[in-house]
Amino acid sequence: MVFRRIPWLTFAAPRNFHVLVQVLVPWLVGGAVVLAVAGLYTSFFVAPPDYQQGNSYRILFIHVPAAWMGMFIYLLMAVYGVIHLVWRIRLADMMARSLAPTGALMTFMALWTGALWGAPTWGTYWVWDARLTSTLVLLFLYLGYMALRTAVDDRENGARAASLLALVGAINVPIIYFSVEWWHTLHQGMSVTLTSAPTMAPSMFTALLLMTGACWLYCAAIALRRAQVEVLEREAETQWVRDLIRDGDSRTWDRNATVADARGTIREEGRS
Amino acid sequence: MTKRQKRLALVAGVLAGLAIATALILNAFRDSMVFFVTPSEVMAMTELPERKFRIGGLVESGSVVRDQQSVQVSFRVTDTAMSVPVTFEGILPALFREGQGVVAEGWIDADGTFHADKVLARHDEEYMPAEAQAAIERAGHPPGAGKEY
Repeated sequence: MVFRRIPWLTFAAPRNFHVLVQVLVPWLVGGAVVLAVAGLYTSFFVAPPDYQQGNSYRILFIHVPAAWMGMFIYLLMAVYGVIHLVWRIRLADMMARSLAPTGALMTFMALWTGALWGAPTWGTYWVWDARLTSTLVLLFLYLGYMALRTAVDDRENGARAASLLALVGAINVPIIYFSVEWWHTLHQGMSVTLTSAPTMAPSMFTALLLMTGACWLYCAAIALRRAQVEVLEREAETQWVRDLIRDGDSRTWDRNATVADARGTIREEGRS
Repeated sequence: MTKRQKRLALVAGVLAGLAIATALILNAFRDSMVFFVTPSEVMAMTELPERKFRIGGLVESGSVVRDQQSVQVSFRVTDTAMSVPVTFEGILPALFREGQGVVAEGWIDADGTFHADKVLARHDEEYMPAEAQAAIERAGHPPGAGKEY
């Protein structure tokens, strides 16, 4: 079976993951900087003022990517949570855990920039409409997820409880996304959908895409680096980390990594 | 079933159950999930609500009357089918203008006039430069026309 021959778990082995992150992060950071510079330039100097809102609409170039990232990262966290719950792959749990602070930051940014945008346009910083309220719930879900992990003493139990919370909370994401269609909200509808042309000028859409790309790369870089640090901490006693400390950065991975590597069973056998 | 398949089934079951429960709850609370009601919905009410509520729609073109001596303003909120007269005393948001979305919070009297103590502007999801808007206007299709509220 072809499906079986694909080395799904090569990078789920902590050592290979470490090497992968070492290779990827500089590219992700570089890409994020380039896209952010191009995106900010387009946002401020190329995109024209809006016919209604003048210049205040420009905050959408950070507001919308942050809101998208906040929702997407939560879904990703839930997917990693399921992988951890079902297949017991520890790296999936470390990835979920590493994504949480970045997702919380993005959600906070969406709420904060939204308030700053709402004040001059709607005439209020905050209302309890379906879109705003469900986004606030998302922020609390992130904070609850992080709190739950630290509250449970046993790491594996805490990880399972948190994975379950990520899974349960994922229901909120489609509610946020479709809230502006399902109910009357003060928040405007979607400008960018998969099915129809964006309802904004092309130069505005370009700026939005560039900023979204910058956000993606930034989040990927920061989450991978955070996971890498966690891997090194958890594996501090293993031979490969000791070798790493002794020989410096070795950019080779173990092509024979197995499922047992990914679940950490080899390490535990080796230790006892 | 292996242990792993059992766990997968459990996770899928939890997610499916949760989705159904959420759908039922949201459906049951549909009326309180809306931020505002439309003029048509106000007209369809059999008895007027005692407590404050919000109505939303477009500011009817040509309906805005500003008092010269005070900050009193009156206008009509329309969903293009029905419209409700609104009075308000205070500072309007910068984006408030005829033909634009608006949400007013207040109470409705027996004559059917809505007394707002808060007015919020609502903007749509279209963003374009002023020149593009002018071109559309010349062609006779004002933006926002035909929008559902």
